[in-house]
Amino acid sequence: MSISVASPRRTVSRGVASAVLLAVAALFLLPLAWLVLASLDTGASASLAMPEQFSLANFTAVLTPGQTLWPLWNSFLLSAGCAVITVLAAVLAAYPLSRYQARYNKPFLYGVLFGTGLPITAMMVPVYSMFVRLGQLDSVPAVALFMAATSLPMAIWMTKNFMDSVPVSLEEAAWIDGASAMKALRTVVVPLMRPGLAVVFIFVFIQAWGNFFIPFILLLSSHKQPAAVTVFNFFGQYGSVAYGQLAAFSLLYSLPVIVLYVLVTKGIGGSFATAGAIKG
Amino acid sequence: MTTTPARPLREDGPPTVRPAPSSGRPVPRGRAARRAIPLAPAVVLLLLFMLGPVLWSIWGSFTNASLSGRAASEPRFVGLDNYVALLSDPDFPNAVWLTVVFLIVSAVIGQNFLGLGLALLTATAPKIVRSIVATTVVTAWVLPEIVAAFACYAFFSSDGTLNTLTASVGLEPVEWLFAYPLASVILANIWRGTAFSMMIYEAALNDVAPEITEAAVIDGAGGWKRLIFVTIPMIRNSISTNLMLITLQTLSVFTLIFVMTSGGPNQRSSTLPLFAYAEAFGLGKIGYGTAIATVMLLIGAVFSFLYIRVLKPGDTA
Repeated sequence: MSISVASPRRTVSRGVASAVLLAVAALFLLPLAWLVLASLDTGASASLAMPEQFSLANFTAVLTPGQTLWPLWNSFLLSAGCAVITVLAAVLAAYPLSRYQARYNKPFLYGVLFGTGLPITAMMVPVYSMFVRLGQLDSVPAVALFMAATSLPMAIWMTKNFMDSVPVSLEEAAWIDGASAMKALRTVVVPLMRPGLAVVFIFVFIQAWGNFFIPFILLLSSHKQPAAVTVFNFFGQYGSVAYGQLAAFSLLYSLPVIVLYVLVTKGIGGSFATAGAIKG
Repeated sequence: MTTTPARPLREDGPPTVRPAPSSGRPVPRGRAARRAIPLAPAVVLLLLFMLGPVLWSIWGSFTNASLSGRAASEPRFVGLDNYVALLSDPDFPNAVWLTVVFLIVSAVIGQNFLGLGLALLTATAPKIVRSIVATTVVTAWVLPEIVAAFACYAFFSSDGTLNTLTASVGLEPVEWLFAYPLASVILANIWRGTAFSMMIYEAALNDVAPEITEAAVIDGAGGWKRLIFVTIPMIRNSISTNLMLITLQTLSVFTLIFVMTSGGPNQRSSTLPLFAYAEAFGLGKIGYGTAIATVMLLIGAVFSFLYIRVLKPGDTA
């Protein structure tokens, strides 16, 4: 702004930049627009097209307990269970890492960071045979625990960073009043870092909600499967004949994570949009 | 030397009283152990479900475990047989090659450069344009992977949006997912993942002090020169961090390819995750699939190690 000499050239280049950006945005929009328009079109095909008549029939067709509601409930149980376990374990682990200088801190944090890099996809074959051996195949709690373990490395890092920004002096007051470390954590530290914990919880929840591969391999009974797997099965059975219903089902399943994401970025998180932005 | 100082001075000799330079007082062993107790749940989970599968993977790759039959309940130790078979299987080098191409073209070139380009362009664009771009690009990334995969499948399918577009300029329809399976999944992965690089670079560019670029302008550096000699070196760390992260993410992409092409036709989009899945669960060769998984874990471990070296978390930990 301060350099006014180049301003005519600047406006031209700004115009070109905007045109390029809008073209890229249009390309990115095409598959998304298909999803929305197809869901409102009872005669939807795989191609982007304006519906002859907008209708919510696709939504009412899939909004049955067996088709959508039960799988969404399963998704909720699995993701919330995973997120609760992750946040609890991460808060407990972050406390000594943040508050005490111990010899194990550095190797532990390095180890955890190393864990974030391992491809979970590669683990699915050994995890499957491990679950068979332990008799835990098709067990929702075991799958929630496994998913919690896969999101723990990132969660511990994020939680430790949030906890580091809570001043120790507040806790020391509680210690002087005779509170134990665990009590100080519960009554002083955790309430102060509630927004940070909400961010961690939501990120873990979003990741678990969107995960397809883990429940696809480890959960066998159809009444335990989350929406990610039932969307896939629906596609296998009716996909090419009922694109509209597939799109409607997909949108219903995507809505919670979009809402949560907006909540984090606009509301509580602010600059943390990329802090925990690792996809599984 | 009659007046010996009561305490050893820090500047003079080695600090004899302090065992660790960072901690205040020596912590008794019992208390140190008690302080580590809250780590237990996390440690148990990580040992059981992260280290456990890794060790299981290494062990399982030396057995003939299978999905059904006798080898399912009583897998036998077969030594290096799986690895020997892997080396003589023509599908294995094919999968490695496809994985490398997929990684380089979709992540290192596609997501990385498009993300950087979008971040640079949005920095100067009007606010409305910036928010339109951010919303569309980030939505593709926030969607659950299976939904993103369907949207891409529909886009590239024979009666999909892409063929409608090419038909409108008079081109013949193409069966994209059969004729160009790898190119299709590469484009899909760029569509899905670019938001991540874009956000990393937007944050990095925000941290570049405007005085520095202004100084370069005064020195007569034009747009490209400024980008290559000033901006890029300033965000060097973000570039390497981003490259490592998107490489690790792309290495484990499964759902996108599974839905769009399931690795086919004829193994032409069968990257390592797809190959491991097909061998282990399609053909029931768990032991063999585990050997492929072990190779993937090794590749991931190397990248993860490099990533830690780049990030150097010790500075903040």
